[in-house]
Amino acid sequence: MAEQESVNGAQSLVRSLEEVGAEVVFGIPGGAILPAYDPLYDSTRVRHILVRHEQGAGHAAEGYAQATGRVGVCMATSGPGATNLVTPIADAYMDSVPIVAITGQVPYPAIGTDAFQEADISGITLPITKHNFLVQHADQIPQTIAEAFHLALTGRPGPVLVDIPKDILQARASFSWPPTLDLPGYRPVLKPHGKQIREAAKLISAAQRPVLYVGGGVLKAHATSELAQLAELTGIPLVTTLMARGAFPDSHPQHLGMPGMHGTVAAVTALQKADLLIALGTRFDDRVTGRLDSFAPNATVIHADIDPAEIGKNRLAEVPIVGDAREVITELIVAVQTEYAAGNRADLTGWWRQVDGWRQTYPLGFEQPTDGTVSPQQVITRLGQIAGPDAIYAAGVGQHQMWAAQFISYENPYTWLNSGGAGTMGYAVPAAMGAKVGCPDKLVWAIDGDGCFQMTNQELATCAIENIPIKVAVINNGNLGMVRQWQTLFYEERYSQTELGTHKHRIPDFVKLADALGCVGLRCESAEDIDATIEKAMAINDQPVVVDFIVGKDAMVWPMVAAGTSNDDIIAARGIRPVFEGV
Amino acid sequence: MSIHTLSVLVENKPGVLARVSGLFSRRGFNIESLAVGPTEHPEISRITILVSVEGNALEQVTKQLNKLINVLKIVELEPDNSVQRELLLVKVRADESTRRGVVETVELFKAKVVDVSPEAITIEVVGPPAKLEAMLKMLEPYGIREMVQSGMVALGRGPRSMTQAALRSVERTA
Repeated sequence: MAEQESVNGAQSLVRSLEEVGAEVVFGIPGGAILPAYDPLYDSTRVRHILVRHEQGAGHAAEGYAQATGRVGVCMATSGPGATNLVTPIADAYMDSVPIVAITGQVPYPAIGTDAFQEADISGITLPITKHNFLVQHADQIPQTIAEAFHLALTGRPGPVLVDIPKDILQARASFSWPPTLDLPGYRPVLKPHGKQIREAAKLISAAQRPVLYVGGGVLKAHATSELAQLAELTGIPLVTTLMARGAFPDSHPQHLGMPGMHGTVAAVTALQKADLLIALGTRFDDRVTGRLDSFAPNATVIHADIDPAEIGKNRLAEVPIVGDAREVITELIVAVQTEYAAGNRADLTGWWRQVDGWRQTYPLGFEQPTDGTVSPQQVITRLGQIAGPDAIYAAGVGQHQMWAAQFISYENPYTWLNSGGAGTMGYAVPAAMGAKVGCPDKLVWAIDGDGCFQMTNQELATCAIENIPIKVAVINNGNLGMVRQWQTLFYEERYSQTELGTHKHRIPDFVKLADALGCVGLRCESAEDIDATIEKAMAINDQPVVVDFIVGKDAMVWPMVAAGTSNDDIIAARGIRPVFEGV
Repeated sequence: MSIHTLSVLVENKPGVLARVSGLFSRRGFNIESLAVGPTEHPEISRITILVSVEGNALEQVTKQLNKLINVLKIVELEPDNSVQRELLLVKVRADESTRRGVVETVELFKAKVVDVSPEAITIEVVGPPAKLEAMLKMLEPYGIREMVQSGMVALGRGPRSMTQAALRSVERTA
């Protein structure tokens, strides 16, 4: 047993954060959390980054976690400080991002009295956290922090909130490390069942039209090299979901791209026509499946996930496999090799001929606008080519996010960060900030829309002051572009409340705004200037840079499967509906 | 829709009931009845939930429940292999002319009179839901003034104890 130190609760908290390896905390002080900020002031092992809004702290913690694979930490005071964390916590819950949120609470005796800045944050976050704690005794702090980090990072990762009343931060406490974890109800299953693996291997070797359907769980499990081995061993076509972009190189010939509402025709159609889906760390989200009852109607499903509740939730799995993606894939490789050695291996030539046909007939692409405006897709394509596959890209939510998922070639894991499940506008800037803090030597680009950017751009002040030189490409079409696209397609072009005025009135002027926030502001208004502007931004490394790309408002995201329709009804481009010969 | 009895062992910690009931409401599962109480081990409580689900949704209910960190063990108690009981207190209108009939019903159902006044009798009855229903049907003509019913509690038949297994895992990590 380690030696007991006599400290107060706040010191115990900071010591615990140091011991658990939290090198950075994004937060804002306030009344109830104030005691914690005093020992934090002296800590040389925990860097605190003072953000401008708690939502920024939460997304920064997410960006840090998604880029590094470590737990991201955010801190806020009670009441509104804590409720401002709700959006990023919900976001982290939907995307299984390991973060720990630490909130101050009113003193224990005041709980339930509607005290100043009181909010029941553990109650509020019950449905959006993997678990949460209300600390009841100062001696519990080390164990609670250790448990919070353990829960956040292991099994299916997710957000954990630790709420600490002010009097407990001030109380005398004993500190010792490491504490003993006491989580009797928490036993994530990592190792898959051998029988299921053998069953899966049989199906994989026999399938005529198999597809590897890869989700974000493969990234969470650090299983990308195992995935590459399995893919190359089997030669099976592969798709990566929005959360899994980067899990498999886009340049690889077996990669058909992203499936789903704005997926490639080849990826969507391959899933539809498949006779076997090998679903790895993915959850059959509605944006991937379209109408569930017509999704991949002829496919047998092997579904591997660390969360048993995902298996069979949306689609029945003929072969359910509970386990960590890395262990599952490693065992699958061996089992498939055994099948192949026994001479069981289906010929995929005919399947590949079909898949390649779809890929060649309906490649991803875009048309240059005829009204002289700059094409947003071209901006994003060039940005990806110039910044390259080693950069980290963090997107907001909307058209620019989909284009960034489509037109940037991801070759490496953990280079694509976005808000997939929750669809949180405003994610990009703070997430890019967190990623840059976690990976200071990497080039980090936020790709944002003019709508998203106006939700969280104040964190650029944080970036400027804390020396976090991220770059932001604002894909400024003057509108809430994705909503406008739906109005174009489904609401007879009645553009209700989607025009933001960022073009018409140039309010705000993003170049001036960047300047005011201590960043370099650049603007690009013509296609000829795209490369030069990106290169200019790339040359500035001592300050954050914002590039205002003025682009046309009529560009749309294609392909598209309209909400509530079948993936069979994918529209490749406006008015172009692919015709598939029967399979 | 079919009704299933889940016996859920949880850590006896603050907020656990809110986690369980919140899970049911946000996932759209229907609770028919719920009873919480201590077990023979002070660190473990038992929640008995009657859940009404369609098709294979029960599996989703138990999987989601299992994800709650404070949930230790879940067992579905089949009616044939378990003892299932509810408690009913019912206040029935009964004056001199009807009291005899009410008391007869009480005796028929092996229930108990727990309070008497000139105009009413309060009856306590314990049993499976069908028995309680049958008795209420018999009492209705007299006039039911008010009633209260507990959630169902249940235990598996035979010598086995689900708490023992759960407790072993508690001790293992402690």
